[in-house]
Amino acid sequence: MGADVLVFAEQRDGAFKRSAFEAVAAGAVLARRLGGSTIALVAGKGICGPSAALAGYGADRILAAEHPLLERYSTDGYVAVLAAQAKALSPAVIVMAATAMGKDLCAALAARLKAPCAPDCTALEIEGGSVVATRPVYAGKAVARVKLVGAPAIATTRPNVFTAPAPDASRAVKVETVPVEIPKGALRASVTEIHRTSAKPDLTEAAIVVSGGRGQKGPENFPVIEKLAAALGGVVGASRAVVDAGWRPHSDQVGQTGKVVSPQLYVACGISGAIQHLAGMGTSRVIVAINSDENAPIFQVATYGIVGDLFEVVPRLAEEVRKLA
Amino acid sequence: MPVAIRFGSMRAVVCLKRVPKTDTRIRIRSDGRGIDTEGVQYAIGPYDEIAIEEALRQKEKAGAGEVVVVCLGPGDARTQLRDALAMGADRAVLLVDESGDRDALSTGAALAEAVRALEPDLVLFGKQAVDDDGGLVPAAVCESLGIPCIGVVTKLELKDRQATAHRQIEGGHEVWQAPLPLGITCQKGLNEPRYASLPNIMKAKKKPLEEKPAPQAECRVETLSLSLPPPRPKGKIVGKGAAAASDLARLLHEEAKIL
Ligand SMILES: Cc1cc2nc3c(=O)[nH]c(=O)nc-3n(C[C@H](O)[C@H](O)[C@H](O)COP(=O)(O)OP(=O)(O)OC[C@H]3O[C@@H](n4cnc5c(N)ncnc54)[C@H](O)[C@@H]3O)c2cc1C
Ligand SMILES: Nc1ncnc2c1ncn2[C@@H]1O[C@H](COP(=O)(O)O)[C@@H](O)[C@H]1O
Repeated sequence: MGADVLVFAEQRDGAFKRSAFEAVAAGAVLARRLGGSTIALVAGKGICGPSAALAGYGADRILAAEHPLLERYSTDGYVAVLAAQAKALSPAVIVMAATAMGKDLCAALAARLKAPCAPDCTALEIEGGSVVATRPVYAGKAVARVKLVGAPAIATTRPNVFTAPAPDASRAVKVETVPVEIPKGALRASVTEIHRTSAKPDLTEAAIVVSGGRGQKGPENFPVIEKLAAALGGVVGASRAVVDAGWRPHSDQVGQTGKVVSPQLYVACGISGAIQHLAGMGTSRVIVAINSDENAPIFQVATYGIVGDLFEVVPRLAEEVRKLA
Repeated sequence: MPVAIRFGSMRAVVCLKRVPKTDTRIRIRSDGRGIDTEGVQYAIGPYDEIAIEEALRQKEKAGAGEVVVVCLGPGDARTQLRDALAMGADRAVLLVDESGDRDALSTGAALAEAVRALEPDLVLFGKQAVDDDGGLVPAAVCESLGIPCIGVVTKLELKDRQATAHRQIEGGHEVWQAPLPLGITCQKGLNEPRYASLPNIMKAKKKPLEEKPAPQAECRVETLSLSLPPPRPKGKIVGKGAAAASDLARLLHEEAKIL
């Protein structure tokens, strides 16, 4: 076993999200502890150019796996690339961001390599030569510290939790291309189309989320929320009651059986604060609650609360926010 | 795995886990390495319920077939398997493991062994179990079975032994295609799970439920400690009604440094 850390840096259309830089930075911290190097791996098509940027976040080597069949993500294609590099490099640890792609890939890779895996971590350390991961369980109602026994240990980093430092422009690393072998028919399951429903960042990536609950009374009233979200530069979320009523799409649901978000600011409008909802937003840095019932449980977690009718409070708040902007 | 060719018939296996109900207040066990299970109520994982519903619908669409539910868990998980049978599953297999000291790989290997014997066209999972929130077991099962797996599915169509599935990603979805046999992990939005009717609850009592010990486990993901998250600092009520909005905006700006 080596002491290196292999980081899979996710790109789509030649662009990295911040979570990929966070993963590289987190991997670099582990590599320093282990006395090894940080090796970033990028898979795709036409990715050599953009990949050079990873050096600034701590990558000592940058490997580009280029292949037409890797242009779009597929579990089979990407796991083949990672498994081959894991075999060639014998890293102690493999890190990637816990995005839709990273969650899928890490599970498949752990199964392929028979490697211990800690998904969706909020902290990573090395203790006695092993990776010790901190990860929320029970939808954030508890926090587990787990030790991964054996190598490579696989961990994914929850987006928005690890910090990506300002890139160090003085670091330059030559991007190496690595051979890719994907036999014909190797992609048993593959992507035929990609649909983007919104150009806005996903709820899980947004710095500000404004959510509406049953207090919203009906789908026709969501513009009230949307206007506040627009004033704040945030995106709209919803409680399950709202999603189940068909007022908002499933993809907007925040909570234990929806999306787990951890934004800088979460604004809950007409949401009571059921335990399953709190599980999805309880780690937000600042929580604002607007509710007409002063005994609503949401006020127990709110940094700031306003007791009142959301139809009066929310438009006024949007106005005040615009004044400050 | 042998590719069973059965036209007009759907044999689906659903892996379901017994988990604490989502409204459970978590308390930590005195040894600090697990939850205090005193008074905890259990249920089928909410995503696993969606998987059961999807299996039933695909079988109904095919016109014939069988839905088998498989669980690895304590003997008490019988209750959850009976619940699945009451929803409409045909039979159940329980791999009994009272210890719970397993990681996703060993759970996956044990489930795969049981699933393989059932020769399924489709293996369905929840996208994650709401206790460990891991999302690792489905891939471990499918890797062992040698079948592809499509994760976080919100729509599934089967035609001529080809599956078309929508997989949720950030800000949209991807359309995936794969041949059967196939694994899928189910996400909210795929369907609305049915409630068990009283006659079906009665019928479920007579449906076959096979129990056998789960194979020995290895655990390479050791829980060192489990703790409650730090409590949030106490907040404040800024005021009542629209008049408080300007104070709130100011606090967000000056104190929270957000605007
Ligand atoms: C298995 C399971 C999983 C679940 N998962 C989730 C999940 O992921 N996410 C989730 O959100 N829920 C989840 N739930 C549901 C959860 O238990 C609650 O039912 C739900 O969160 C309630 O939504 P709500 O707060 O919008 O509605 P309610 O609880 O009805 O609250 C509405 C609130 O609006 C306030 N209000 C009404 N009118 C006004 C007004 N004019 N101005 C201001 N305030 C007003 C009321 O005082 C009240 O507090 C789950 C439940 C189960 C059983
Ligand atoms: N012990 C188990 N028995 C049966 N199915 C399981 C078990 N553990 C996990 N699964 C299945 O795998 C899915 C994901 O679980 P996990 O990987 O633990 O988050 C669950 O929703 C179940 O469908």
